[in-house]
Amino acid sequence: MNDPGLKDIWVYLSASPLLGLTITLVAYGLAYRLYLRTNSNPLANPVVTSVAMLIGLLLLTGTSYNDYFEGGQFVHFLLGPATVALAVPLYQQFSRLRQLWMPVTISLLCGVVIAAGSSIWLARIFGGSFEIQMSLAPKSATAPVAMGISEKIGGLPSLTAVLVVITGITGAVLGTKLFEWIRVKDDTAKGIAMGVAAHGIGTARAFQVSNQMGAFSGLAMALSAFATALLVPWLVDLLEAWIPA
Amino acid sequence: MQFLNGITLLLVYQLVGEVTVRLLGVPIPGPVLGMVMLFITLWIRGSTPESVETASTGLLSHLSLLFVPAGVGMMAHFSRIADEWLPITLALLLSTIITMVATALVMQVTTWWLVGSAANEEQNHE
Repeated sequence: MNDPGLKDIWVYLSASPLLGLTITLVAYGLAYRLYLRTNSNPLANPVVTSVAMLIGLLLLTGTSYNDYFEGGQFVHFLLGPATVALAVPLYQQFSRLRQLWMPVTISLLCGVVIAAGSSIWLARIFGGSFEIQMSLAPKSATAPVAMGISEKIGGLPSLTAVLVVITGITGAVLGTKLFEWIRVKDDTAKGIAMGVAAHGIGTARAFQVSNQMGAFSGLAMALSAFATALLVPWLVDLLEAWIPA
Repeated sequence: MQFLNGITLLLVYQLVGEVTVRLLGVPIPGPVLGMVMLFITLWIRGSTPESVETASTGLLSHLSLLFVPAGVGMMAHFSRIADEWLPITLALLLSTIITMVATALVMQVTTWWLVGSAANEEQNHE
């Protein structure tokens, strides 16, 4: 990059959101093509491959995350309207939802308590610091809720955001195989489990399986956001009283 | 035009959700409340307008893409994660597996108990 012309172009690009936005879309496009090439193998989850490509590229060019996010934020922003949009598939499953409201409520409450309780407890027995335990506690909730809770109970909100994404990817990658092993065939049960454990990334994966699984996953994600916000701070106090760190 | 109208409506619901959450001081994200409000609207209305359906399908068909920028945020936390990689990896992995398995089984068993086998018939995939 000794050529002054090229350098000027680079200075312009690194200061504008254009590059960050474009590489996000290009990386995802490539990752998605790879995913289709592998016959939709969950291990080739497009989030994993595109994140890996982008981190590699940013490290290689010495670009900071903040500079990248100038452009990335436009994609990130769409998470809001996409969450609202989940009302549509949910409404399409309304008759089934009405039939299943009791099992859904019970599974959701169990799932939320298990998700938070097990992550705190496991982090503790494997020697994680208090900050790590608290940053992990809300990991199964959707990012904005998880960050708010993390802050409230003594975790690091920005670390929680990353752990939330890793959790979602883990759930999306392992989900279908796990359900096969434990012989759960119902798309409603699979959807609820996916949404409770792996929020929006799990929901994205669920929609690739079927519309019904996607809709129930979206429902579980939304309701467990409520439940996590209400239950987790209380659960943390309870755990402190029972098994002091 | 359909897509534009639909997107506008989704943004209006999100906006109303965000404002309500802030006014009431509840610890729930605005978009989640917006989703609940849109769901109630569709319920009362009895059908989904074409515009909302177009926008919703468009956004949800590539939901994974929207998580990519947050995932790249991992690079800003490399050292922290490297310091405590063992508890983080094990807790995250095992807890996610336990949660998913337990929730799926509870849902399956309670469906059998409370709703009966009628709910378990072959599902029609759209």
